[in-house]
Amino acid sequence: MKALRKLGLAAVALSAMTANVMAADIVIGIRSEPSSMDPYFHNLTPNNGMIGHVFTRLVGFDEQQQLFPSIAESWKTINDTTWEIKLRKGLKFHDGSDLTVDDVIYSFERADGYEGGNSSFRTYTKGKKLVKVDDHTLHIVTEKPYPLMPNDLTTVMIMSADAKGTDSSGKNKGISAKDFNDGTATIGSGPYKFVEWKKGEQLVLEKFDGYVGPIAQPWDKVTFKFIKSEPARVAALLAGDVDAIDNVPTIDVERLKKDPRVTLSSGISNRVIYLHMDQFREDSPFVTGKDGSKIKNPLLDPRVRKALSKMINRKAIVKRVMEDVAIPAGQLLPEGFFGVSPNLKVEEYDPAGAKKLLAEAGYPDGFALTVHGPNDRYINDAKILEAIGQLFTGNGIPTKVVTMTKNVFFKRASSGAEGLPEFSLVLVGWGSGTGEASSPLKSLLATHDKSKGMGASNRGRHANPKMDQMLLEALATVDDAKRGELLAKATDIGIGEDQGIIPLHYQVNTWATKKGLKYIPRTDERTLATDYVME
Amino acid sequence: MTVFVIRRLLQAALVVLIMSLLVFGGVFLVGDPVEMLVADDADQAEREMMIKSMGLDLPFYLQYLRFIGNALQGDMGNSFVFQESAMHLIAERMPATFELAFAALFIAVVLGIPLGIYAGLNANSWISKTIMTSSILGFSLPTFWVGIMMILFFAVIMGWLPSSGRGDTVNVFGIPISLLTLDGLSHMLLPAVNLALFKLSMVIRLARAGTREVVHQDYIKFARAKGLSDTRIIGVHLFKNIMIPVVTVLGLEFGGLVAFSVVTETVFAWPGMGKLLIDSINFLDRPVIVAYLMFVVVLFVCINLIVDVLYSVLDPRVRLQEMKS
Repeated sequence: MKALRKLGLAAVALSAMTANVMAADIVIGIRSEPSSMDPYFHNLTPNNGMIGHVFTRLVGFDEQQQLFPSIAESWKTINDTTWEIKLRKGLKFHDGSDLTVDDVIYSFERADGYEGGNSSFRTYTKGKKLVKVDDHTLHIVTEKPYPLMPNDLTTVMIMSADAKGTDSSGKNKGISAKDFNDGTATIGSGPYKFVEWKKGEQLVLEKFDGYVGPIAQPWDKVTFKFIKSEPARVAALLAGDVDAIDNVPTIDVERLKKDPRVTLSSGISNRVIYLHMDQFREDSPFVTGKDGSKIKNPLLDPRVRKALSKMINRKAIVKRVMEDVAIPAGQLLPEGFFGVSPNLKVEEYDPAGAKKLLAEAGYPDGFALTVHGPNDRYINDAKILEAIGQLFTGNGIPTKVVTMTKNVFFKRASSGAEGLPEFSLVLVGWGSGTGEASSPLKSLLATHDKSKGMGASNRGRHANPKMDQMLLEALATVDDAKRGELLAKATDIGIGEDQGIIPLHYQVNTWATKKGLKYIPRTDERTLATDYVME
Repeated sequence: MTVFVIRRLLQAALVVLIMSLLVFGGVFLVGDPVEMLVADDADQAEREMMIKSMGLDLPFYLQYLRFIGNALQGDMGNSFVFQESAMHLIAERMPATFELAFAALFIAVVLGIPLGIYAGLNANSWISKTIMTSSILGFSLPTFWVGIMMILFFAVIMGWLPSSGRGDTVNVFGIPISLLTLDGLSHMLLPAVNLALFKLSMVIRLARAGTREVVHQDYIKFARAKGLSDTRIIGVHLFKNIMIPVVTVLGLEFGGLVAFSVVTETVFAWPGMGKLLIDSINFLDRPVIVAYLMFVVVLFVCINLIVDVLYSVLDPRVRLQEMKS
């Protein structure tokens, strides 16, 4: 098309004119497509990001996952178990109707009772009773003191109680996911209106003029194009077909930095890449003596786990494997997040110290290990694991590295051996959805307990009652300072003392834009049209 | 003839049934869709609920019987990811893929046959040698690499064509077609050529081999002796006779073009069925994978059936053989 535009002066003049008008439109090439436009269908990053333009939440997350008042103007506790939420006045849905407490209650009901779908928002709605006080005042009552209320309110999007669907069975209030996908029920109160979603191709949004909230509206029209292939996405930006892309491959970062047509914006994410070790079996399937004989699982000993951690040269991995697009990690979340421990530093590369610890633990000659990981889930995942395998091998633990595609790996890592984790040592990653330390502590390090819903992703089955106790106490402490301290202490035990997991690095995400535009990097890895600004 | 067709139909039905078991069983063995879809911070109860709602708590044979039961009523199940009918998802993407496949086929035939005939008639000229050497490249260069190079040259460096996606479409009888708009055509050119390269090379080789053989036949010599013009000899007598193998192979290859344009669609972000298949495999969206593969099986069975029937119509020897056996 470009070649055609170059024909004749008139065409040039015309294209200059349209360029002015176009300045307020943006086309963004993104890697991952949402699975639905239904806000409660699937608690997944692309869904939460995309749909969040149309439907907003009571409380918002800014780019650092700090809270800001969105639909709720203010929130406070009025006693130990009741939160009072005041709604912003003058908020309207895209069909012109007013947003009131009734819509909020309706939304929570639909989210809580959602049938079908792929992982609901029940984790955030359960145990909360919503009581209407007046049109703009809401009380949320819990059984026990619940300090994470404002964080939980950043998850459930608010839809209109007047939305109509076509599902005659009455399931999900008679509105099926399909009704959202074709726009019938996609009526939110957010800064952008839904125009159309062509699956596998693009999502188009349009500015909502009646929006009065705090979120910026820098564009008149927003088009998200789904370009999964990495080189194709970069090419689309360089060719000028899109104005911006997300998930720039690390291998292209150096080159794009030098390209005068492109601006890169990168920022640390809430995702830590770590190793999980089998801590619950005497006889672990992928640990043997150096001669291949059966031995008692050495990973049960925290000293051995610490020794492994000391064998990893994090700085070298970040520099060589990650092309400097990552930050070495010492715990579950980077500095600056709520509940991180001030005591935990990044473990230094210390082969001598590792040797000493191994000898102390009774393994002066080491043992043999097979480590497993995905090869298409995290940035450079297979290469990281290969580097770790070499470091282990070089320090007296002969290590075999096995990587596989994610859709095979996760099943085996979680429940491959008759419902139990199959591997002895795995590489995985975790992003904290709530933006504070309780989420990874609860899922990765708390004792695996189905009835309490704790340790759901604890693939090494680390267990320490002292840490569990501290975490439970933190989860019921309303006072922020005290809760932060408890979470930090729990992290000190889980990682500092026990080395329940071995943190490697925090991912850094990179967005690229054409010159003149830049992205405000988000720790939650979402790509939002509202976070693009002029340079 | 009728007996022949009926027997073929029964065979086809058996193939479809066996394939359904293989496909369903194969997909069943791989991974766990719940692990792929569930939110990181979902607890164990939430996971169990998902397993139940997807029907994954049932043993294999029950899942299979349920699938067959629904399939016989024309329902291939709902996608795990979108929870919309799998057939509907595939049908939505079908026009884009068919359009691309037809465009690729068109390019392959329109360019391939003249080039092949030329190379066959003038086997020793340097142009023919260039054509034949290039056709080796068309066979041997990997599609994704060629695709990326094409994007790099035509979109990034020269800026002549868009790098990816599908352009504007026009609805014809409710089906979105991008062949009819300039923007749509400009989007389609690169992926269509990319997809056509392999077939183009094949058509060139087939046409060349056919020409070399036919040109020495007695009827060509006779035509020359009769004093017919070169245009008529090549355009009618030679052309007709080299078309038989070309048409047969292309007919069969068309199924492959439609079913497995996966690489091209991924590289060019073309919203067709191939891209849907890859995305579904990534997410372990079993119903869509199964529905897609079943669709491909039926497509191939149908094409083969048509080719067989046509063969027996065109060539009485085949029909006679079938009757004897």
